[in-house]
Amino acid sequence: MLSRTADHVYWLGRYAERAENLARTLDVQYRLSLLPRAVRTDGAGWGLMLRTLGLESAYRERYSDLELHKVVDFLAFDLGNPSSILSCLRAARENARAVRGSISSEMWETFNSTWLEARSQAPTRFTALNIAEFIDWVRFRAHLARGVVLGSMLRDEGYHFMQIGTFLERADGVARLLLVRLACEAGGADGRPAEHDYYPWSVLLRGLSAFEIFRRVTRGAVTPDHVVEFIVFRTDVPRSIYRSADLVYENLRAVANAQSGETERRAGRLHAELRFGALDNLATQGIEPFLAGLLVRTADLNDRIGRDFLGRVA
Amino acid sequence: MDHPAPPYDEMYTADGQVRPHYAVYSDWLLRQPDDALRQKRVEADSLFHRVGITFAVYGEQEGSERLIPFDIVPRVLSAAEWSKLADGLRQRVRALNAFIGDIYHGQEILKAGLLLPEQVFCNPQYRPEMHGMDVPGGIYAHIAGIDVVRAGPGEFFVLEDNLRVPSGVSYMLEDRKMMMRLFPELFSLNRVAPVEHYPDQLFQNLVSVAPLGVAEPVVVVLTPGASNSAYFEHAFLAQQMGVELVEGQDLFVRDGFVYMRTTQGPRRVDVVYRRIDDDFLDPLVFRPDSVLGVPGLMAAYRAGRVTVANAIGTGIADDKSIYPCVPDMIRFYLGEEPLLANVPTRILRRPDDLAYTLAHLDELVVKEVHGSGGYGMLVGPAASEAEREDFRLKILAAPENYIAQPTLALSTCPTFVEQGIAPRHIDLRPFVLSGRDITIVPGGLTRVALRAGSLVVNSSQGGGTKDTWVLEG
Repeated sequence: MLSRTADHVYWLGRYAERAENLARTLDVQYRLSLLPRAVRTDGAGWGLMLRTLGLESAYRERYSDLELHKVVDFLAFDLGNPSSILSCLRAARENARAVRGSISSEMWETFNSTWLEARSQAPTRFTALNIAEFIDWVRFRAHLARGVVLGSMLRDEGYHFMQIGTFLERADGVARLLLVRLACEAGGADGRPAEHDYYPWSVLLRGLSAFEIFRRVTRGAVTPDHVVEFIVFRTDVPRSIYRSADLVYENLRAVANAQSGETERRAGRLHAELRFGALDNLATQGIEPFLAGLLVRTADLNDRIGRDFLGRVA
Repeated sequence: MDHPAPPYDEMYTADGQVRPHYAVYSDWLLRQPDDALRQKRVEADSLFHRVGITFAVYGEQEGSERLIPFDIVPRVLSAAEWSKLADGLRQRVRALNAFIGDIYHGQEILKAGLLLPEQVFCNPQYRPEMHGMDVPGGIYAHIAGIDVVRAGPGEFFVLEDNLRVPSGVSYMLEDRKMMMRLFPELFSLNRVAPVEHYPDQLFQNLVSVAPLGVAEPVVVVLTPGASNSAYFEHAFLAQQMGVELVEGQDLFVRDGFVYMRTTQGPRRVDVVYRRIDDDFLDPLVFRPDSVLGVPGLMAAYRAGRVTVANAIGTGIADDKSIYPCVPDMIRFYLGEEPLLANVPTRILRRPDDLAYTLAHLDELVVKEVHGSGGYGMLVGPAASEAEREDFRLKILAAPENYIAQPTLALSTCPTFVEQGIAPRHIDLRPFVLSGRDITIVPGGLTRVALRAGSLVVNSSQGGGTKDTWVLEG
């Protein structure tokens, strides 16, 4: 497969996943903002979110306060913000367009119509006022795209590169979501009644489509430790970090070439740490440093994949 | 004041009778309420948008993509009309290929005095780099788009030969797909010759001209990139043929061979179906500032290690200053009388033709010899006094850059417009493939000037397209 084509499908995977992750993160934060103040420990939740997403300074250039509709507009609809949901949908579509001859027509049509619909409806049907409706729409468009990829894409290198992009992005996005939540907890979590954990952490689970699964497969209460362990280490939860790292490793092995040995080793090591690790093992390091380190490692894998396969120059 | 005869209409005779090959369609059309047709048109637009069948318009805001307006009324040709036309096209393209081969070898046609040497050697489309070089099968114009119009009492004329990188074939295919989706019943009522095998023919054709000795030739489509106006078509053809769509940066030349950069290392390329103009193909030989091309491609091509389709230097045969000589070429190379007529053309390098043209600017169409896409032309009867004056000065400054033709009353075809169904002028671009054999899928791309009275069918100038039916006999 052409390196440039592989590069575009890789970014197609990344941007499509990023749009969905952002919608989910926004969903969590938005639901939290609706909880009664006593349960919220996150007065500065939006600020932490912007910081964790690496968007704080870009936001500050535009707005001076953290008013709900401004933050939502910035994260969801602002095409001047290259990381907004709309911008990601556009970037996914542009990458799909660049390789429309190499992906299935159904895939191209799906990414194309998602962008066309989002762009034409964002000013009227979708606004900061009914953000929940927009988030649902993004989620279901993402489900549709996933189905189209599964159901129509040739299982060649392009598919593997798209999967690598998707799951690298997912690992990164879910880690950031957890980091926002953990940062909100910091200070003020001690001595609270247990149900005060329940609300914010169950919102997070719902944001990851994992609340019902959590109930079904664990006996544990909805506490920070339980939820973090569940989201980081479970092998059977579709959006868990372990599962994402597993799929990155698996797809990377499928495309291995003469120069990709070290990249494979690093992906394999991350995979093994998550596979055989547990929250207790991380006690010395702490979960937050681990997650912060994970962001560095996904960035490293991204660079190495670019060099090894995609013809990007370091 | 004399009234010119009304133009030939594809569907109706001069006294308003439906032509026999349109009878079934006409019956059907009469039964359709306007609203239903309007609804179908809206449906077509939304489908085209979703599928992303768009073209970029140069000079408009960057990244803007427009739909080519699609008309839901087909253009129908009878089997007899088509077979005559197809014979003429085959003959013409054979002669054109022979001419290009001659120009880059013995130049017999110059020795015979049918063409002036300066018409060839002073022409920017003449590529000295091609001189003396043999190409597989002696084929230069593997893909030719011959623009044909109907005028007067229904006779076909060739308006223009497109032998460099003719485009539009994807619209021919998508228009058919759209018609079959919108009006499936029409295809059970009529026996319409299929066109969907074009990409397959194109692929076989490209494989047949690969360098000798390559068992399974690797074919690629070379595009200038996603911002090119015909990008959709490049991607479409690559996808339909199942080959890679590459940009210049994806290819490189090493040890005399052309390779593409893949995730598993370099891979040999044998046939490049290029959709980039000669000037941009190889910065080492042509424009040094080109970033679209592949350094060293020309050398690999000359060494016979790769086939470039269409060949470099085909522009020498489709230039408007050469066009008037095509009938002579047919007689000279094939010893046959031309089956398809040229539009009578005045060559303004000739003083008589220049004088006549300047005196009749309000009747003539004047074209720049190197222009294309409807740019750089004057449609005399439609132009204002001031526009004609402007053009007169341009002609006087460089008469050899212009030709003039009578304003043809292009045939009309019923077309669905704002007010309902009304006649609009059309042309036809059949696509002629030359390889081991010459093949033409029945029909081609019909372009239609959507503005009432307009004769300009180019998509960049507000033209639309129609599905083209050849009825099987």
